[in-house]
Amino acid sequence: MPTDVSALQLVLTADPALIAIVRLSLIVSLSAVLLAALVGVPFGAFLALVRFPGREAVIVVLNALMGLPPVVVGLLVYLLLSRAGPLGSWGLLFTPQAMIVAQTVLIAPIIAALTRQTVEDLWTEYSDELDAMDVGPFGRITTLIWDGRFSLVTALLAGFGRAAAEVGAVLIVGGNIDGFTRVMTTAIALETSKGDLPLAIGLGLVLIALVVTVNAAAWGLRRAGERFAG
Amino acid sequence: MRAPVTDLPIVLEEVSFASGGVTILDRVSLAFAAGAPAVLIGPNGAGKTTLLRLLMGLAAPVRGRVTWGGREQAASTHRAIVFQRPTMLRRSAAGNIRYALAAAGVPRARRAASAVELCALVGLTGLERRPARKLSGGEQQRLALARALAKEPQILLLDEPTASLDPAATKAIEDVIRKVAASGIKVVMSTHDLGEAKRLAGEIVLVHRGRVIESGSADAFFSAPKTEEARRFAAGELLV
Repeated sequence: MPTDVSALQLVLTADPALIAIVRLSLIVSLSAVLLAALVGVPFGAFLALVRFPGREAVIVVLNALMGLPPVVVGLLVYLLLSRAGPLGSWGLLFTPQAMIVAQTVLIAPIIAALTRQTVEDLWTEYSDELDAMDVGPFGRITTLIWDGRFSLVTALLAGFGRAAAEVGAVLIVGGNIDGFTRVMTTAIALETSKGDLPLAIGLGLVLIALVVTVNAAAWGLRRAGERFAG
Repeated sequence: MRAPVTDLPIVLEEVSFASGGVTILDRVSLAFAAGAPAVLIGPNGAGKTTLLRLLMGLAAPVRGRVTWGGREQAASTHRAIVFQRPTMLRRSAAGNIRYALAAAGVPRARRAASAVELCALVGLTGLERRPARKLSGGEQQRLALARALAKEPQILLLDEPTASLDPAATKAIEDVIRKVAASGIKVVMSTHDLGEAKRLAGEIVLVHRGRVIESGSADAFFSAPKTEEARRFAAGELLV
């Protein structure tokens, strides 16, 4: 049977091994996006609105961290979580939780940097009104995050795209253990090296479909939100 | 019993303002007390907007001083401003007003009812749930007025509130301004529309090239202007 037909069969018949891998991939990447958003969005907004010594340097570093190599993040998180590392007692290495931590570290700078830009742009539009209404610093941050929510979806999508597509970090801290820490990208790398192309291609198709679906859903959400909230 | 705090009169003493090395206001001295609307008139770039920002406390003079009710430092609790191009928050019309009510410290339980009342005051009944950014220019100006009134200000500052609006929208805004002024709120507004100044002003301040050319009662200004510039402006000539 041709390779591409076998791949399609795996997808269409909802092969249990493939489903398990897809499920874990989604859990890890979406959890990482959620955690990174909880940290990155408020931090980005804070950076956009609060002036302090060294702010420019922080922005430069943050922007630079957007291009952080996944393997370096994987190595750092590995060193932190390894038995001899400062967080070794938590026993997280080679677990899905460690993969979530690594992906969170990887994408938090992306979400924070894009949030900073969005909020800073919005602030130039809103500053007079909010000043005139005597809105305090906390109120400004929450208002700008809320009013910039549709643009911030793009930041979250960028984070999700990066998390779902990376292989280096999750491979190092997850170990690619079958049935436990194997996700789509690590499985694709492994199956390709083993020569099992149908599974690799099937996973590739699912990965692409997932990224497209998530982006389409976010796009639809954004358009609907703009229509109803202005 | 302590007298209620008031921001009136607002007094500017020899106030100058500059930005980027350009003098925008030059030794302006004025006083705004309770009473009929004061209208700042003058051509574009005369310094009217900067004057309103100083009155609001959004800008600080580089020389001279501004006092509100005799105080140099006065929180803007009793003042509200509507900008020439107000920014609508991304929520419904009523949501915008509720936001302003919350910022003004109005308890949550009273906000919904107050928002409906304010919408009615500015003629936006029926549009409460419409996204603010989807309203027309005139409706957005009225919403901005309602949002400013949410503060229950003593002084309402309006920066060219009818600029680029059609006659019907202009009339709707002017009607609200009359209602607001009749309720005892001191209105200080800018315009370069002489007709609007005649229709609304109790006092007139003619500003040109950052200086106050003439100020006083609107009747005196239009019937017997004291300066050549005022005479020309009142006659509808262009001041350049």
